[in-house]
Amino acid sequence: MADIITLRGVDKIYGTQIKTQVLHQVDLAIEANSFTSIIGASGSGKSTLLNIIGTLDRPTHGEVTIANQRADTLNMAQLAKLRNQTIGFIFQFHYLLPEFTAFENVMMPHFIKSGKFDRKLEKRAHELMDLVGLTKVKGNLAGNMSGGQQQRTAIARALINTPDIILADEPTGNLDSDTTEVIYDLLRDIHRTTSTTFVIITHDRRIAEKADRIIEVKDGRIFSDFSR
Amino acid sequence: MKLAFRIALRFLTTNKGQTILIALGIAVGISVQIFIGSLIQGLQISLVDATIGRSSHITVLPSDKNASLEGYQDKLALLIKTYPEITAATPTLTKGAFLALDDSDNTEQVLIRGIEFSSAQQIYQFDDALVDGKLPSSLAEVVVGIDLANSNGLAIGDSLELVIPERVKAVQEAAQEATLKGTKSEVDTTETIKIVGIMDFKVAAINSSWILGSLQDVQAFFSLDDSQVSAIEMQISSPFDADMLADSMLQNKDFDKATFENVKFDNWKAQNGQLLSGLSGQSTSSYIIQVFVVISVVLAIASVLAISVLQKSRQLGILKAMGISDPVASLVFLWQGVMLGILGGFFGILLGLGLLWSFTNFALKPDGTPVVPIYINVQFILLSGGIAVLSATLASVMPALKSRKLSVIEVIKNG
Repeated sequence: MADIITLRGVDKIYGTQIKTQVLHQVDLAIEANSFTSIIGASGSGKSTLLNIIGTLDRPTHGEVTIANQRADTLNMAQLAKLRNQTIGFIFQFHYLLPEFTAFENVMMPHFIKSGKFDRKLEKRAHELMDLVGLTKVKGNLAGNMSGGQQQRTAIARALINTPDIILADEPTGNLDSDTTEVIYDLLRDIHRTTSTTFVIITHDRRIAEKADRIIEVKDGRIFSDFSR
Repeated sequence: MKLAFRIALRFLTTNKGQTILIALGIAVGISVQIFIGSLIQGLQISLVDATIGRSSHITVLPSDKNASLEGYQDKLALLIKTYPEITAATPTLTKGAFLALDDSDNTEQVLIRGIEFSSAQQIYQFDDALVDGKLPSSLAEVVVGIDLANSNGLAIGDSLELVIPERVKAVQEAAQEATLKGTKSEVDTTETIKIVGIMDFKVAAINSSWILGSLQDVQAFFSLDDSQVSAIEMQISSPFDADMLADSMLQNKDFDKATFENVKFDNWKAQNGQLLSGLSGQSTSSYIIQVFVVISVVLAIASVLAISVLQKSRQLGILKAMGISDPVASLVFLWQGVMLGILGGFFGILLGLGLLWSFTNFALKPDGTPVVPIYINVQFILLSGGIAVLSATLASVMPALKSRKLSVIEVIKNG
């Protein structure tokens, strides 16, 4: 299958006076419809790598191609559109909007896409929320839910626009081990039933081993790359 | 646009306490602006009304002070036809005379004014000024100023002798001639007038010296023909344009030269320089106060919205990560400004009207009328509401621009 994410010679340097290089000449290609996990110690550069793939951050040098578009050359508006329509994010902290209900949070990427609060994708949102087991808390404000429910809401939100890529940064880092297991099984189920590409960052080897491909990042470089 | 509006609305409704506080801040500012503006406008209108409400705005006079204005009917007709701005116009004949009191050695200097009551009513509002009696309706009937009546013990129904100074010389000549001829002169210096009404014009100088009679009577007293008067007095729709209109009358080339030969056009502004400078000083100080009120409102909103950007930076980062564009993110803050402005403006108008109402009901003079008559100018109040919206929007521009600079990665990294 064709690559949906390609990184060529990506460097990331933070700071202007005291420079810290976080990524060194990273070359990476991820196939469409794959389930990849990125592991590495804290400070290894894995989150920076994911942020660059997610176009939240720009590389200092190198090329980033996402769904056949050169992300490193796009302007802010084009990047915003690419993120909205191609990528779904699941962060370690759920990052839900506390002013909105769980259902409205799930709908938000669609609202951003259409530019208004329309009801077009309501059916899909209900299906997704049922899928992630949130049938009973749809109307709750984001703050009035448990950690697991919040993370499930974030997963449903990431899926609403049927993105090509789901990027997850320690999606269960904040959850207990039982909930972690449930969330990973859920992500795998979604992967099986949709043609979405999953890239998941975790520091938990046990979880990483559930992926089809495990990439280990060490000191800003790809240290190992293992496919099953 | 719609999305930004909905998000802004939600941000405001979830933080009700803060929203109400900001709206109240705007409302207080705008209510002060409405109150001060209406107070000053009311003060100016009552001052102007007291000064020129019952007087001529533009007066057509003969260039020569002692001459009469000849053929006034043609002039009057032409002016009314040419200038639709003229709301009232009337001829007047004003002459000095002496009122012979009971004891014929004692006289009082008076100003006898010949008036065409029907057309002058609009300018002088005799109905309101008449405190007793009626307006003259038949020959030799007059009304007198209240102070003139009181100080000389005059009452309605009194008949008095009016000494016409212009006749003194004629009388002397006639007397000499009669003496020579051995006959008795029939020329008299006096005319008999009958008081039918007493007026109060609220101006001491007028109340103590004016005697008003019909134009025909006064023309006859002073041996003038029926086309001779001393002035044509006019009121116009915009009193503050009196100087410009008077100039345009003077320079109107379409006028027949003969009709307006040897006349001048006086206007009230030229004669009330001090009042005008007082009014303009008052306006300026009122504007300065209003400008500072608006500035303080703008600063208050801007600072609160700037804090709101910080408060909402996490939400903004999340929305940006989900692909909201920078202009839409900025619009969220602009909409917040607009909505706060509308809310603040609305409550500001209510509060302002409440203040005005209390002022007119509680700050009263001993006679029960307001200390300063308030003038409710709907346009001004709507404008103040508009200023609230505009200033709140303006105040939200900085936070809106600031929100553009917010980096998603900073928010994601720092939670």
